[in-house]
Amino acid sequence: MSDEGRTTPIRVLIAKPGLDGHDRGAKVLARGLRDEGFEVIYTGLRQTPEMIADAAEQEDVDVIGLSILSGAHMALLPRTVQLVRERGMDDVLIAAGGIIPDADIGKLKDAGIAEIFGPGTSIGQIARYFRENARQPRD
Amino acid sequence: MTDAEELLRELASGERRPLARLLTRIEADDPSLRPLLPELFRAGHGAHVVGVTGPPGSGKSTLVNALTAEWRRRGRRVGILAIDPSSPYTGGSIMGDRIRMMDHAADHDVFMRSMASRGELGGLAAATWLAVAALDAAGYDPIVIETVGAGQSEVEIARLAETTVVVEVPDMGDEVQAIKAGLLEVADVIAVNKGDRPGADRAARQLRAMLSTAGGRVERKPPPVLLTTAISGDGVSALADAIEKHRATANQPEQARARARNQLRRALADLSHRRAAANHEWESTVQAVADRKVDPLTAAEQLVNDVSS
Repeated sequence: MSDEGRTTPIRVLIAKPGLDGHDRGAKVLARGLRDEGFEVIYTGLRQTPEMIADAAEQEDVDVIGLSILSGAHMALLPRTVQLVRERGMDDVLIAAGGIIPDADIGKLKDAGIAEIFGPGTSIGQIARYFRENARQPRD
Repeated sequence: MTDAEELLRELASGERRPLARLLTRIEADDPSLRPLLPELFRAGHGAHVVGVTGPPGSGKSTLVNALTAEWRRRGRRVGILAIDPSSPYTGGSIMGDRIRMMDHAADHDVFMRSMASRGELGGLAAATWLAVAALDAAGYDPIVIETVGAGQSEVEIARLAETTVVVEVPDMGDEVQAIKAGLLEVADVIAVNKGDRPGADRAARQLRAMLSTAGGRVERKPPPVLLTTAISGDGVSALADAIEKHRATANQPEQARARARNQLRRALADLSHRRAAANHEWESTVQAVADRKVDPLTAAEQLVNDVSS
């Protein structure tokens, strides 16, 4: 799948669950995705999984990108996926980035995080992944 | 049950997802929506549409957040459309209005949607108009349209509103800056935000003095100028009152009719523009004008005639 023929930009929610102290990475990503032609909705720091799911529902985004540095990813990311799915958003792509140990990656994927982008990932890689895996617009 | 009835029932249920999906279809100018539109418009409850505009950094989002808290205290269900520009180069956009609105993220009686302006082919005013109709049918009242007041198109969108609040800040420079911005002409209520800053009182006084002598709006009283501090909530209750009061006075039948007709005229012009731009002759016409084979006015007439024939 690709976004060939797609007439509307892909909408992405970039959110930071938990108590991270800064959001430099998330802002760089938001800016980079904007330059790649995405519509990026940025929610800022210190979000609960409920706030993220509620925002995603109202914004009807195609992709949710979760950035987390604090180490609380095993608690917050599966919970966010669960709440998003409970709201009926079955086809929304959910990916994560930040500081996540290799040992946790498999468990997070089992919990519904489609892909995890660690330090050193380029914006271009993430943009390509989103284009190839975001849902297609429904009619 | 017809499609339209089904859609309206879903909207009336208070569920957020059907409304969110509908807004996506509106933004995409989905042709399958066309047959549903008459009933969507009929289903509106006549919500108070409030435009909030002002220069970047004036505190619009924070003020809308504070106003939303005030309206919630008054038992209202609040709909918000926050419109941000798309990059003319990549079509992308960053919408950050939610950062200041997260107080209300989990409140099911507040619905906020970020919309990107999506290019130069017009259509934004029309899409906003339909989005307002959708929020209205879903029972939100008031409905806020928040735009960056940095260009003519944003001013136009703010004018879809019944009541337009222009947000200014104390340190905007001298009052000539305020005149140049052109925003004050569309203001029904002016909020001088960041009212805790030095010089805020003086800025408000200057604005009042200027507006009382400014021409152009002789048929109307100058708009009230209020001091607000969105971050602390100071002055926000008075602002909500002023917005309410404006509606009460603007709804004199004659004024309301004139205003509604103006809105219709703009939105219909915008829709016509979009239809013309969708004309398959559009590209070749652009080329013909570029090659100087046709003059622009004749080209425009041809496009319009093609659409209406």
